[in-house]
Amino acid sequence: MESTEQPRNISGSMQSPRSPSSHPYLSVSVTDPVKLGNGVQAYISYRVITKTNLPEYQGPEKIVIRRYSDFVWLRDRLFEKYKGIFIPPLPEKSAVEKFRFSAEFIEMRRAALDIFVNRIALHPELQQSEDLRTFLQADEETMDRFRFQETSIFKKPADLMQMFRDVQSKVSDAVLGKEKPVEETTADYEKLKHYIFELENHLTEAQKHAYRLVKRHRELGQSLLDFGKAVKLLGACEGEPTGKAFSDLGTKSELLSIKLQKEAQQVLMNFEEPLKDYVRYVQSIKATIAERGTAFKQHCELSETTKLKEINLDKLMLTRSAKVGEAEIEYREIKAESEEATRRFERIVKRMEDEIVRFQEQKTEEMGVAFHQFAKGQARLANSVADAWRSLLPKLEASYSV
Amino acid sequence: MMGSENDDESHLHSSKEEMENLFLREDGDPLTINHVNGDKSNSNYRSAMSTLSDSRHPSIVVTPADSDPLFAPPSYYRESRSPRSKPNGGDRGSSYLEPPSYADVIFSPFDDISEINGSEDGGSRHSQSSDSLSRSPSSLSSDYIKITVSNPQKEQEATNSMIPGGSTYITYQITTRTNLSEYGGSDFSVRRRFRDIVTLADRLAESYRGFCIPPRPDKSVVESQVMQKQEFVEQRRVALEKYLRRLVAHPVIRNSDELKVFLQAQGKLPLATSTYVASRMLDGAVKLPKQLFGEGGGASSVEVVQPARGGRDFLRLFKELRQSVSNDWGGSKPPVVEEDKEFLEKKEKMYDLEQQIINASQQAESLVKAQQDMGETMGEMGLAFIKLTKFENEEAVFNSQRARANDMKNFATSAVKASRFYRELNSQTVKHLDTLHDYLGLMMAVQGAFADRSSALLTVQTLLSELSSLGARAEKLEAASSKVFGGDKSRIKKIEELKETIKVTEDSKNVAIREYEQIKENNWCEVERLDRERRADFLNMMKGFVVNQVGYAEKIANVWTKVAEETSQYGRESS
Repeated sequence: MESTEQPRNISGSMQSPRSPSSHPYLSVSVTDPVKLGNGVQAYISYRVITKTNLPEYQGPEKIVIRRYSDFVWLRDRLFEKYKGIFIPPLPEKSAVEKFRFSAEFIEMRRAALDIFVNRIALHPELQQSEDLRTFLQADEETMDRFRFQETSIFKKPADLMQMFRDVQSKVSDAVLGKEKPVEETTADYEKLKHYIFELENHLTEAQKHAYRLVKRHRELGQSLLDFGKAVKLLGACEGEPTGKAFSDLGTKSELLSIKLQKEAQQVLMNFEEPLKDYVRYVQSIKATIAERGTAFKQHCELSETTKLKEINLDKLMLTRSAKVGEAEIEYREIKAESEEATRRFERIVKRMEDEIVRFQEQKTEEMGVAFHQFAKGQARLANSVADAWRSLLPKLEASYSV
Repeated sequence: MMGSENDDESHLHSSKEEMENLFLREDGDPLTINHVNGDKSNSNYRSAMSTLSDSRHPSIVVTPADSDPLFAPPSYYRESRSPRSKPNGGDRGSSYLEPPSYADVIFSPFDDISEINGSEDGGSRHSQSSDSLSRSPSSLSSDYIKITVSNPQKEQEATNSMIPGGSTYITYQITTRTNLSEYGGSDFSVRRRFRDIVTLADRLAESYRGFCIPPRPDKSVVESQVMQKQEFVEQRRVALEKYLRRLVAHPVIRNSDELKVFLQAQGKLPLATSTYVASRMLDGAVKLPKQLFGEGGGASSVEVVQPARGGRDFLRLFKELRQSVSNDWGGSKPPVVEEDKEFLEKKEKMYDLEQQIINASQQAESLVKAQQDMGETMGEMGLAFIKLTKFENEEAVFNSQRARANDMKNFATSAVKASRFYRELNSQTVKHLDTLHDYLGLMMAVQGAFADRSSALLTVQTLLSELSSLGARAEKLEAASSKVFGGDKSRIKKIEELKETIKVTEDSKNVAIREYEQIKENNWCEVERLDRERRADFLNMMKGFVVNQVGYAEKIANVWTKVAEETSQYGRESS
């Protein structure tokens, strides 16, 4: 059953409540990754801490243990129940085996999951979700049960992928004039779809370069390290003052190598990851577009069928057939279904309108932060590079007079 | 690579010429340096060198009145010293000693200045304005020589009846600009082919034994087949230019007659190819049987001044080979060995040094590549965001999109700016760290100088042992002859002949010893000079490298600081 309540103004962990006691709040954090299990079955579990004063929740604070597939469950449930809303994306499931348990990867994933839950908690409709409550509060066994039960019924990511492809192929079919599509063709919606698809391309490219840039930082760090070592060895062959100068140079080079590695990690976490998140978000929107397409199709088809049934019924009524009663029942049923389908479709349309505004604002904010973080990091790195090299100059000057 | 890369390289090339910052600041007095006079006599080398070494001190960079401690006013060029072409962050306007070296010559002050455009406003302490101090003509020394190699052309071999069709070869135009009095004019040009360079190099090797002579470019037959003709010719042109510039930078070699002839004589190069092989081949063929049978007199004193080569020297080669074998086996060691230990130590040190230079130069290459990659990727990322910006602006429906597009644009243009700085940083870094590459060539020259010494020693040892065996023979003959009453006519004749040979050999031995001593002295001076120059060169390199890094790091920091300020409204920590 879909939620139709009026969204309450609940603040999450990203906003400070004006007055903690009276103002409703719901704040979640995902912390403490711990590796459990052995070998192939090893996985990471996280502590999910919920702080709230909402009546639907048990008590002011609740801590549960969750794993990645629990988050997937939540996302899938929300996707099923809240059609039209852009469900916040999850970090990718798979990872290169040896990287899967590296400290950096785990931290990045934890941060991404934290963002995921908080976006849900901040969303005016999603925060009301019963599934969210289950996720945040149910004990581990209950959670496991839910997870195993539901995964078979609801759509898996593979199914979603298929839906994306359907939407994409339908769009291209329409362009190629292959078939008359059962698709919305309003100009605005067409524009939106085009925007979303193009945006994904652009973002993916930007993200690729950002990732490469991280690698470049690492490579530069490595080469500074090697250069420093080589220069120190060279210094050992030379007498004074060259020897000392080389040794100092080498030491600085090694020092800077460390700073570069650190910055590489920062760029990865604070810039490349947000870009990836942006891409995932767009993909989530594409899934919603697919859902809207399905809903539209249903609405159209049921409308058609209803009309036909109505015509048929009228015909039968005119001929005073014995089948009138049956036909009438059928007609009413179909009509109800059709109206329901139309309502579902219209709800999706309405939701999407709001969601787009929200999405654009959210992304402007998040990208702004990402740019800011990147710029700060690069400035900091460049300044420490300048400082480190500059500190050598007086020594070098002194060497000349030796 | 993009077209701009080519620009960088040609800039690299021309900047090399430009970067002749050369400052020496003594406490007051201008230097007057005596020319190493035109006398080729090697014994002058030492005195000349000592004059120079006394008067030469490493530069003391003086802080001028204005705020930047790295700026210093120019004073003057050192005379008769070719400054290194290695730029030392000259754009940064710093002043350094340019030690004499095997590097390039002073440039004309009217050459185009640095390719680094766009001085950033505010920002860096190291302004790139063209008050780059080295450029002022007034600071030019009164003495310079500059060589350019250009204009490769194909020419036809004069009809050679043996080879049908005639082969072609490339000639290069070699232009010299100088005000040195030893040269006839101030501006002249000749055409030479690669074979002429080989001849020059061979002749120099003969005349300047014991000196660290810059190695000439390779013949590289294989490369010439493999590479595109144009590429190969261009590569060779660059190598030739570098080589010739190093030659004129060498304080002694620059005055050599061979070099002067090479640079000035019009038409065909009037230098005989090596005094040994080619031109004397016929000679040698005639004399060979006599030699092989141990006749034809001892080694003449002229010949001992050169190491044994092929052709007519078979006998000598055999003898010296025998000698070196007996040396190795601890056979009779003539007394000319006592300094060997010191020499051997020095040799080993040189070898170690060479290994470390090789290593460092490899790592320098990696560093350069990493910097380049960083710049490239930064630029590509910037471009991707520019495209995104354009896209958002075109499709914008909401104000939030426009705001985001605006942020993105600032970010993107800054990334592109930073990328450009990385590229510039890198092209400067290449020039500085090139010092390491140059020294690889010089280490080879040192090896050559040491080899000269070893072969001269071998000649001496061979002669000594020959003398001793000749002497023994003479003794035996005399002893045998004295037993015969009234003298043994045939034996007496032989003894006389033998005594003749001994005398000649004795003379040769003395010449060879003198030669050996001279070479040892040359070695010593050259190594001293090399050590000194290397110290200064390396210090300069480091300083240049460091100043360069500082300058560009500051520039890049400024770019990003601005972006951080512009996005400071987003400044809270992201969750």
